[in-house]
Amino acid sequence: MADKIVQIEIKRQASPDAPAVWEKFEIQWRPGMNVTSALMDIAANPVTADGRSTTPVTYDSNCLEEICGSCAMRINGKARMACSALIENLEQPIRLEPLSKFPLVRDLQVDRSVLFENLKAVKAWVPIDGTYDLGSGPRVFPQQQEVNYPLSNCISCTCCMEVCPQFNEATGFVGAATIAQVKLFNNHPTGKVFKEERLRAMAGDGGIQECGYAQNCVEACPKQLPLTEAISDVGRDVMVQKVKDFLRK
Amino acid sequence: MAAPRIIVIGGGLAGLAAVIKIAEAGGTVDLFSIVPVKRSHSVCAQGGINAAKNLKGEGDTTFKHFDDTIYGGDFLANQTPVKAMCEAAPGIIDLLDRMGVPFNRTPEGLLDFRRFGGTLYNRTAFAGATTGQQLLYALDEQVRRHESDGKVRKYEGWEFLSAIIDSKGTARGITALDLRTMELRSFPADAIILATGGIGAIFGKSTNSVVCTGSAQSAVFQQGVYYANGEFIQVHPTAIPGEDKLRLMSESARGEGGRVWVPRAPGDKRHPKQIPAAERFYFLEEWYPKYGNLVPRDIATRAIHKVVYEEGLGLNGQPMVYLDLTHIDRATLDRKLGGILEIYEKFVGVDPHDEPMKIFPGMHYTMGGLWVDFNQMTNVPGIFAAGECEYQYHGANRLGANSLVSCIFGGFVAGPNALAYARSLPAAEGDSGAAAELARQAEINSKLLQNEGTENPFKLWRELGDVMTKHATVTRYNKGLKEADEKVVELMDRYKKVNLSDKSQWANTSFAFARQLQNMLVLARVIVQGAILRDESRGAHYKPDFPERNDEKFLKTTKASFNPDCTGPRFELEDVDIQHIKPRPRRYDVAK
Repeated sequence: MADKIVQIEIKRQASPDAPAVWEKFEIQWRPGMNVTSALMDIAANPVTADGRSTTPVTYDSNCLEEICGSCAMRINGKARMACSALIENLEQPIRLEPLSKFPLVRDLQVDRSVLFENLKAVKAWVPIDGTYDLGSGPRVFPQQQEVNYPLSNCISCTCCMEVCPQFNEATGFVGAATIAQVKLFNNHPTGKVFKEERLRAMAGDGGIQECGYAQNCVEACPKQLPLTEAISDVGRDVMVQKVKDFLRK
Repeated sequence: MAAPRIIVIGGGLAGLAAVIKIAEAGGTVDLFSIVPVKRSHSVCAQGGINAAKNLKGEGDTTFKHFDDTIYGGDFLANQTPVKAMCEAAPGIIDLLDRMGVPFNRTPEGLLDFRRFGGTLYNRTAFAGATTGQQLLYALDEQVRRHESDGKVRKYEGWEFLSAIIDSKGTARGITALDLRTMELRSFPADAIILATGGIGAIFGKSTNSVVCTGSAQSAVFQQGVYYANGEFIQVHPTAIPGEDKLRLMSESARGEGGRVWVPRAPGDKRHPKQIPAAERFYFLEEWYPKYGNLVPRDIATRAIHKVVYEEGLGLNGQPMVYLDLTHIDRATLDRKLGGILEIYEKFVGVDPHDEPMKIFPGMHYTMGGLWVDFNQMTNVPGIFAAGECEYQYHGANRLGANSLVSCIFGGFVAGPNALAYARSLPAAEGDSGAAAELARQAEINSKLLQNEGTENPFKLWRELGDVMTKHATVTRYNKGLKEADEKVVELMDRYKKVNLSDKSQWANTSFAFARQLQNMLVLARVIVQGAILRDESRGAHYKPDFPERNDEKFLKTTKASFNPDCTGPRFELEDVDIQHIKPRPRRYDVAK
């Protein structure tokens, strides 16, 4: 095992307008190695398998323990986090590609800021009066906490959006991550003051009706968020809101 | 008068806390961060946040929290700001609760608390074992709200390079690099707040995130800001050894009853579950009966090193010990520790519900950092600092779950003080030196890009990490420290021959890294030389040749200032504020 070689093929693109090319690398395997450590090895010795000098690979990464959400990419065709992708569990050659549904920056790096814009659109926050001392927060029973906490574990990696057949320019669909946050903040005793606004934002174009129930999102989510459950709960609330708004007219 | 402009650098807990206070007080903020702020290193904090809410009927008080913190830090922290932090902590928990942090609850719907190291009280509020993530998200959401209202402008994907300092020595803005377009720009400001986190990358592998290089701190240090207590580095007792990093295994595992042990027989090959209790050595419980597995981190780390390196009891002769949770029922573990157990299983491939985890100490935190006054301002007027990048709250050793509270409290102090300072600042004259600073940075950039040499920056970095980990972590000898200093000087010399394999001007990550590396090298010498000068043992700083604490000589803050000469930084010692609690011997085998 000591001199085992890992074969990696990486889709490289120097800039958004540059042509995409595949480069092959061969690196030394070490126990416990993951995709990010392989990329670090390439940076320390940027030479392709056929001995040609190249540049270190550009990719997003930060925590390396699957909590910051940075290093999402397609690994052997599957959208997942590179840090928790252990080499020994992957079929070789390992093929690394950038996420395909977001504007490419360079190599494996893409621009995922659309998710943060979506979070603004649905007011994904609790509107507190201020940060001065106002005493304790609302009472929350453990049963409620156990519903909210998993939704609050979303690391904004956008894997759920990458794998969703409906997430594309034609539909403008917001994707599962944002819908889960709508449920989370609508559940909060103070956050629910914006419930109607959030539901109306989900009722229009690109909103919840774009979901085709392919259920790819829940399978791709590295943090096991109950995404399909959130989509069906928010979908029901959106329907109720639509009826209420219709009757009010 | 025009509205003051504040720049905050860093979007972790401290930076976001400062931003929120400034926005709330009517100021406007430009927020700079290398990564989207929601991906900052604060997400990695796991176990919880301390506040003496006394919701368990134990008679806990903010003074006891204060005393535990000072005692845990071996009396090196200035006491007045620590006292203020501990008094503010319960209000901070309430605020986070109001912001929607999904803290764990008691059956009655109140906040639940657990025990952490260095205290006998249940004082740590927690959201599973991903408390830092949950806190960061809460502040991120509030900042997004202020951003929607036009009070905050984010510059995500920008790296701070330097402060702009005018002819009177006052900060007037920053220079920064767009990591995508590689555009270099200056940004004027009336005050700047650095909230740029830890320095783990200087040690190669650590529990820190990739962005925690200390580059920003080093940059302003080289511009005249003091760096204090740099030699105090926390090595966390329980990390998962890894190829690319050391993944933290939270102290909360022990807070919930986890036990650390090794087989009594060296090299015992049996499966851990087959080793009967009598043949297990629960060394922390035996050596420290009062605190047991919850001694402070410096104590636990040294104990593990002793068991492994002096007594030869590491698992199968390897530098590892067991952290055992298998006696606790699955449902409790999932409710209180789910996040970290999942990390262990994903990265090691073994389920810690069924089998004890194999762990070893790893570099985790810097107690030292930029020198600040009680208003969080450095010695350069207009440059403030908050969070791990400054030195103020943890003395010679930080207690677990005190970092989150110090980040938020520090940001809450820095934000309003920066705004007040900016409001009373006389108007700038001319461009305040912005053009000159921009030209200096452009010169550094073009030199680096055009440099012809043979050195790869990532390889130099690995050598730096190895030598720092070997000589400047758990056990320190002056001889080894001097070797490390010489090695850093050698690396600085070789850095002059660095050759970037990527010379492009678009999303060039090796260029950004090479700039950080230069700053890391400067800070490495501050750490090593500070450690050489401190001939005593205090908190995380342990020298077997000087095993006792020496208050007479070293109850002092180390203050380093930049010196471009090859001898490295200059040092002076400053008295510590001990007006509230008289220093006393620190021991954890008995109740204090």
